[in-house]
Amino acid sequence: MPLLDVKDLKTYFRTDDGIVHAVDGVSFSVEKGKTLAIVGESGCGKSVTCMTIMGLNAKRNTMTEGQAIFKDRDLLKIDPDELRKIRGNEISMIFQDPMTSLNPVYTIGAQLREAVQLHENVSKQVANSRSVEMLKAVAIPRAETRMDDYPHQFSGGMRQRVMIAMALVNNPDLLIADEPTTALDVTTQAQILKLMNQLQRDFGSAIILVTHDLGVVAETADDVLVMYAAKVVEKGGYEDIFYRPEHPYTWGLLNSLPRLAAEGSDLKPIPGTPPSLLQPPSGCRFHLRCTYAISPCIPEVPELLPVGGESAGDHAVACHLEPEFRRRESHDLLHEVMAEQQT
Amino acid sequence: MLDEPLLTVENLEKHFPITRGIIFQKEIGRVRAVDGVSFEVNKGETLGVVGESGCGKSTMARCVMRLLDPTGGKVIFDGQDITNIKGNDLFKVRREMMMVFQDPYASLNPRKRVGAIVGEALEVHKMGTSAEIKRKVQDLLEVVGLNPEHYNRFPFEFSGGQRQRIGVARALAVRPKLIVCDEPVSALDVSVQAQILNLLKRLQREFDLTYVFIAHDLDVVRHISNRVAVMYLGKVVEVGDGTQLYNRPLHPYSGALLSAVPIPNPNVARGRKPIVLEGDVPSPINPPSACRFHPRCPRFQAGVCDVDEPQLTEREAGHEVACHYPLETWPMSDLRLEPGRVAAS
Repeated sequence: MPLLDVKDLKTYFRTDDGIVHAVDGVSFSVEKGKTLAIVGESGCGKSVTCMTIMGLNAKRNTMTEGQAIFKDRDLLKIDPDELRKIRGNEISMIFQDPMTSLNPVYTIGAQLREAVQLHENVSKQVANSRSVEMLKAVAIPRAETRMDDYPHQFSGGMRQRVMIAMALVNNPDLLIADEPTTALDVTTQAQILKLMNQLQRDFGSAIILVTHDLGVVAETADDVLVMYAAKVVEKGGYEDIFYRPEHPYTWGLLNSLPRLAAEGSDLKPIPGTPPSLLQPPSGCRFHLRCTYAISPCIPEVPELLPVGGESAGDHAVACHLEPEFRRRESHDLLHEVMAEQQT
Repeated sequence: MLDEPLLTVENLEKHFPITRGIIFQKEIGRVRAVDGVSFEVNKGETLGVVGESGCGKSTMARCVMRLLDPTGGKVIFDGQDITNIKGNDLFKVRREMMMVFQDPYASLNPRKRVGAIVGEALEVHKMGTSAEIKRKVQDLLEVVGLNPEHYNRFPFEFSGGQRQRIGVARALAVRPKLIVCDEPVSALDVSVQAQILNLLKRLQREFDLTYVFIAHDLDVVRHISNRVAVMYLGKVVEVGDGTQLYNRPLHPYSGALLSAVPIPNPNVARGRKPIVLEGDVPSPINPPSACRFHPRCPRFQAGVCDVDEPQLTEREAGHEVACHYPLETWPMSDLRLEPGRVAAS
């Protein structure tokens, strides 16, 4: 049984311009000890999906539907007090921007201790020693003395490590990381990814990793969810997505990467820009930018169907194209580049 | 491609003073943002500059553009020393070099229309009557892949990628020889990023442009550049053409940087062992002595690296590195020096 099972999640925001369909029928599940990566362009609903699961959207203008079952409880239905006990304890979250997600007027120590004492009735000393231990685990040098420092005394990478320490201090079963390395340099990014990997092994937590960087996905994910304009267009194991992708959008993402382009050749970008979620396009939402679009793509919304029939694994795609054609095209587009790199 | 330098930078320095006191400002230290950088950019070529944040890439670019006044060294553009020129001379040079900025949301004036933004440089340099300028601007919009009818729109009506196209059109307006691109695609999504990269490449061919292309994404830099310079704490540590530098880095820092780039190919990514540098980039106020990379370097040798500053020297044709113990093999899972090799320098 999966640790978190999200079914047909919908999040709509009421705005002055109309209703924004930020997440529109997203389903996925996360197994214990595994990493699920959610990829897609900005504004495709990756972050809103996470915020909805955590119950962090403003109540005033949000409409939510669907289910998010975590250990037999529906996170979207339980009362706020109950959710507050889960949040930061059984499920915790790392936000994108380490500069703004720590409170600048409290010391790192105070913020870490707060995270412990909110969920457990322990003395300040115990909370303190747990926090120091966690800071050591995320490789902050001189952890004892740094507890009394303020966030501005830390560099970007160290602040992100403090955020991770805070998220992991209660040993959560599920960690939601929303673009945890986007604001960081590659060398720092490598440090943080290594750390998350290590902590996952030590504590057995499941991770939902939201990112737009396919490189990061390739390094860390077990399963991948590709989102476009508030919907899931393809999902599967990491090998399915990188070596046997079946959705033209996934092809487009991979083909846009300079690393996978042949030397001296031009990149093959996806034409156009993502659509507005106020009035999403009819049918397949990608049809306006899709070079393969056929007549059913415009009126009919494609269903997310398993690839290779019912008996196949978790690989599923929402596309009207002939499966045979997709397979051939996918092979032609990517096989050579990927094979060449492996030698 | 002519082998004639369009831009020569010699020993460029930019130190920002740190002062204390309000009336009697006493200098108590300096941020050595750029500290002795030299390179050449040939006509029609693209020089990529990579490095972590805070290594001085942007300050260097701003000094080259004379948006900041360098505190030392020389900038020679098209045979003319522009380090200290003023007034009319500077005004004339400004027409020849333009810049594309990182943040397409902050670099366009939100209260001006696209036509005015793109046409401003043409107006300033009096390159035509207003009707001519309007026609030129509309042509430019078309060249960068926008609809010429968008002439009267405001920046907020455009997406990030389209705004960056406006930024490119603005830089292109006066037909400069050099365009300095400071992280032009870092704020964009991959699919849009690829569109802008293709656009920049096409314009280079069509208008015979020379680029200095600054970015922290090594894959992007490799894709667009002929030669690449790696910066660390205000210094250039390695320069080489793309293939040399990416297939056979010599400086341990370049090696670490390259191995930290996530590879979008799971079987390759999971098979390798990245070299993860410990610690953070030191402060440029009090940079480490001699080789600035020595406190983090896996090949550090006491008594050499922290005493004697390595100079940029040519190891292969066109491939320069500033290191006492450059890497011998690549790829390697471990950057440490082999025991027998310590004495060699």
